[in-house]
Amino acid sequence: MLNEQQATPKALGQAGFLKIEKLGKAYHADKPVFADVSFTVARGEFVCIIGHSGCGKTTILNVLAGLDTASVGHAFMDGREIAGPSLERGVVFQSHALMPWLTVRQNIAFAVQSKWPEWKAPQISTHVEKHVEMVGLLPAIDKKPSQLSGGMKQRVGIARAFAIQPKMLLLDEPFGALDALTRGTIQDELMGIVRQTQQTVFMITHDVDEAILLSDRILLMSNGNEHKGHYVPGGLAEVVVNPLPKDRTRAQLHHLPGYYEMRNHIVDFLVSRAKAH
Amino acid sequence: MNTLSVNLRAALVSCLILIFFLGAWQLSTQGPAIGAATKVGATAEEIEYQKMMGKDPGASKSTGFPPPVEVGKAILKQLSNPFYDNGPNDKGIGIQLAHSLGRVGLGFLLAVMVALPLGFLIGMSPLMHKAIDPFIQVLKPISPLAWMPLALYTLKDSSVSGIFVIFICSVWPMLINTAFGVASVKREWLNVANTLEVKPLRKAFLVILPAAAPTIVTGMRISMGIAWLVIVAAEMLVGGTGIGYFVWNEWNNLSLVNVIFAVLMIGVVGMLLDMAFAKLQKEVTYVE
Repeated sequence: MLNEQQATPKALGQAGFLKIEKLGKAYHADKPVFADVSFTVARGEFVCIIGHSGCGKTTILNVLAGLDTASVGHAFMDGREIAGPSLERGVVFQSHALMPWLTVRQNIAFAVQSKWPEWKAPQISTHVEKHVEMVGLLPAIDKKPSQLSGGMKQRVGIARAFAIQPKMLLLDEPFGALDALTRGTIQDELMGIVRQTQQTVFMITHDVDEAILLSDRILLMSNGNEHKGHYVPGGLAEVVVNPLPKDRTRAQLHHLPGYYEMRNHIVDFLVSRAKAH
Repeated sequence: MNTLSVNLRAALVSCLILIFFLGAWQLSTQGPAIGAATKVGATAEEIEYQKMMGKDPGASKSTGFPPPVEVGKAILKQLSNPFYDNGPNDKGIGIQLAHSLGRVGLGFLLAVMVALPLGFLIGMSPLMHKAIDPFIQVLKPISPLAWMPLALYTLKDSSVSGIFVIFICSVWPMLINTAFGVASVKREWLNVANTLEVKPLRKAFLVILPAAAPTIVTGMRISMGIAWLVIVAAEMLVGGTGIGYFVWNEWNNLSLVNVIFAVLMIGVVGMLLDMAFAKLQKEVTYVE
């Protein structure tokens, strides 16, 4: 059984670290929200998914996280089928999801202890401090989440996800609730950490510029809709490969050749095709 | 006046209310002189006759209700020696309160031991919630004292029956609040625990319990309030020891002074219990 689930050695390489096959979700059998979604994510790749509300982005992410199940199709990571949540996948939630009764330190320590139950207190402490320092929150390490700003809370969420050193990071619109200035700063931080750790990332976003800045590939999703009396479920409409240089920064992004073509293409998709007809 | 803080001014008003109340009490217990109506120039024989008729012109009529000074003296006397024990019908207030608190504590502890696990079960499983809810709805409105005959018959011990009555009245608010608190733990915290592969027991103690703690402690506070109300009535019924029995015993002794003293003590102890739970509530409350 396990051997059957093993992907072919070729696919197991760089190309197929994460493999989604014909995924679909239906709350009403005749009207699936999305169907036939297949894509792969290579090790070390940063992939963003863009689409309108209700197209099923979050469902796909939750399936990858193991928090939800698909109606049809399979998802594999590292050659094994995803069945239930796992410490191998770190999740950053849209609402940061910190435990309000714990301090920043305790929140991250809770995750670290879950991953390495055999670790002693000093080892946990060092590990926690390292990751809090990574997001620049050492001065606030002993504060409760209620004493932090929205951006700081989201930083803690990111630090918590990185602290368990997952094979894959799943981000559910992590900057959606932040103001533009904070959003930019944390995007830069995230980019720095991801480039440094070679982390594989799958991220949901609504922000086209954010996707262009951070990701290597952008998946465009369309919503389900009625077309000539037939219901067409939502799904993966297009995959855009980011042609911009890897070392791009936020400041020079809009000066890069090819940036506007790519941006216009994605915006056009969202405006005219994503919710077609 | 504006320079004084609100707290100080409130304390001042409280003192005024107390003084007014004590004054009114004192005045209402000072009956008018009975002989006032007698004419001034009565002969010695006439006065003697009136005394024999129970209308002593020199005496003032007593309403029977003790004035505040007398109660104050009794309070001082009782509190100066709260732990004396002169046999079954004459024990100090400290001993009586200790008996009551012991019963309340035991019954309350038993209720915690039942209500918390059961509340977790009901809160986590919609099926169990639906299955157990009818029983809760029927059992909850029963006056705890209505259980007394059944408790006395089956347990065959008045003291244990008192504990049982406390248990049965404390268990419902705690059970309902625990179930509600557990059921309304935020989905996102459970998702975090799930993605971290936290084991069920660790999740129950480190995520669900602290998340539901404010609601659970509120339930405990309500339970404790009810338990303290019920113990007095229960002890009046079963007798033997305790503050409720003390009140009943002093009524039989026609010692209203001691009854008033006991009533005051019940209030003070109840307030202290409530304050303790308020403090606990503050400890476990979190700001989101």
